[in-house]
Amino acid sequence: MSPDAIRAVLIEEIRRAVPGSTPEALPDDRPIRDEVDIDSMDFLSLVTALHQRLGIPIPEADYGRLDTLGHAEAYLAAQVAAKTGER
Amino acid sequence: MTETGPFSIIHKRLGPGEPVPNLSEYDGERAEFTWDEARAAFAHLPGHILNIGDEALDGQVRRGLGDRLALRWLGRDRRRDFTYAGLAAATNRFANVLRSLGVGRGDRVFSLLGRVPELYVAALGTLKNGSVFAPLFSAFGPEPVRARMALGDARVLVTTESLYRRKVLPWRAEMPALQHVLIVGDSTPHVGTRALGPAMGSASEAFAVERTLPEDMALLHFTSGTTGRPKGAVHVHDAVVSHHVTARYALDLGPDDVFWCTADPGWVTGTSYGIVAPLTIGCTMVVDEGEFDAERWYSIIERERVSVWYTAPTAIRMLMRAGTDLAKAHDLSSLRFMASVGEPLNPEAVVWSQSVFGHPFHDNWWQTETGGIMIANFRCLDVKPGSMGRPLPGVNAAIVERQGATVQVLDTPMTVGELALAPGWPSMFRGYLHDEDRYRKCFVGGWYLTGDLAMRDADGYFWFVGRSDDVIKSAGHLIGPFEVESVLLEHPAVAEAAAIGVPDPLSGEAVKAFVALKPGHAPGEALRDELLAHGRKRLGAAVAPKCLDFRDELPRTRSGKIMRRLLKARELGLPEGDISTLEGTER
Repeated sequence: MSPDAIRAVLIEEIRRAVPGSTPEALPDDRPIRDEVDIDSMDFLSLVTALHQRLGIPIPEADYGRLDTLGHAEAYLAAQVAAKTGER
Repeated sequence: MTETGPFSIIHKRLGPGEPVPNLSEYDGERAEFTWDEARAAFAHLPGHILNIGDEALDGQVRRGLGDRLALRWLGRDRRRDFTYAGLAAATNRFANVLRSLGVGRGDRVFSLLGRVPELYVAALGTLKNGSVFAPLFSAFGPEPVRARMALGDARVLVTTESLYRRKVLPWRAEMPALQHVLIVGDSTPHVGTRALGPAMGSASEAFAVERTLPEDMALLHFTSGTTGRPKGAVHVHDAVVSHHVTARYALDLGPDDVFWCTADPGWVTGTSYGIVAPLTIGCTMVVDEGEFDAERWYSIIERERVSVWYTAPTAIRMLMRAGTDLAKAHDLSSLRFMASVGEPLNPEAVVWSQSVFGHPFHDNWWQTETGGIMIANFRCLDVKPGSMGRPLPGVNAAIVERQGATVQVLDTPMTVGELALAPGWPSMFRGYLHDEDRYRKCFVGGWYLTGDLAMRDADGYFWFVGRSDDVIKSAGHLIGPFEVESVLLEHPAVAEAAAIGVPDPLSGEAVKAFVALKPGHAPGEALRDELLAHGRKRLGAAVAPKCLDFRDELPRTRSGKIMRRLLKARELGLPEGDISTLEGTER
């Protein structure tokens, strides 16, 4: 998957987890929670959706690495690459 | 002791070298306890003066604890420490800022802040000034914020630029009584606001605490009922006696502890036990600015050597979900006592905590109106997983049945009735602001009726059964269905709306809305998203519905009241698969 495709999935799933949000306008380097009205439950739905959609493991210990859009994209790309490499 | 549920009793034994609990012998100490004796320990200022801010800070400095660490604040990527003397000085500055604005005794000072140091300074500075502190949860949307500030006669608001812009500015002009808005930081771009930083910088560190009396109003906490607007529960300075005593007994808190209460001060737990109680005890409190994150939480306990930990069932279930391995990867040996509040802690979670931490979470029960812990599992008593425990010293609880203008006390063990408390503890609410009628209705036959249904077993342990009304409890927070429905009804497509709580494995209940549409509007995914988005924009993530279904019409009683209970019964009575077929929606 290309970085652009991963970003598109990420933005779509944020919009789904937080109806009414405009994640495409999020700055890359600011905490997502500061910019989008998202609570812990919404965040869990987002992570679950990303896990299912991308078919990658996202262990709880790594949740902190999804804090900004930039970090999340890099993390998801690495997980997807690791999964592809296993095949 | 009799087993009540399918889970074995967790027996307590004092290990070698373990300190004796603050409450060491339940029945004897409970029999001897009086609130008047407990109050006597608080006479720090001459002339019956009692002030929560003074008890929490200046009193500790007078006792020689000024150099002790009061607050360790953990920001997302930095930290700040405040000693008792440091916090006393900072709160004096804040009190002087209020005084310079002409804000005084009884005036309501609201906060709309995340867990930043300024929140703690504002809370205690407001109390020292004799003003009333009313904290709001920063995840509220503009509508809950506006409704609570209007109800509470807000004169001052302390907030951030971002929260002000998103949640207050849209309606500020409609609230002329809100005279002062203090924005955290060095500058503010908004007309009609003041930057807090420079105001604090030029204020004096010397302040004579306002001579408040025990029955003077100190704190205003909002809670929700089934109908109508939110309720503002009034608490007085005398509440500090309850805060202190209950933290000693139910949390086993002592001056040498490092205490972490994970609740946000926007809710009553985060104020009673996240600000006041630990400071009156003289221990160190840890505050984390961040939201729940399992790895971060375990790291905080490990690094800060947290010894007493007070959290909530939703968080505990999320920790369970994160797995035992994550917990085992950290040194959590500093923990010596753990407690939980907000909603009943499921027995599986109690058993899990015992196996992972070597201690069980001690569930306890109280509500906004009670101001402090009323029923608890104690360090000195065996724990029956799933039970809320036994009443605190100074608290008399019973199971009752309403019978018109009086109540019948139900003495037979394991009989379901309404949980009732005998009035008289110091942190009992003294009113619902501007709603004397609603307050009076809470008291019947000499009892305060809590609205919770419960049972008591033969050993005196209480068991939660459910709510006697339609209030929704999500992640430990009460959500009034009326507040949610009112906002949905603002939308031009909505003819009728109802909100109920549906079971959620993590948050206990999640808010679900049902709407019937006006002619000319058709149900569909796009409209569902639009309505959910509308709810979030107006109510905020903490209150807004998480899911929504369309109905042709909503069931009503003959008098026209929406039958939320019937909606809920239908919702829960059908298997999951049938619901998705019936509604034709993706779940």
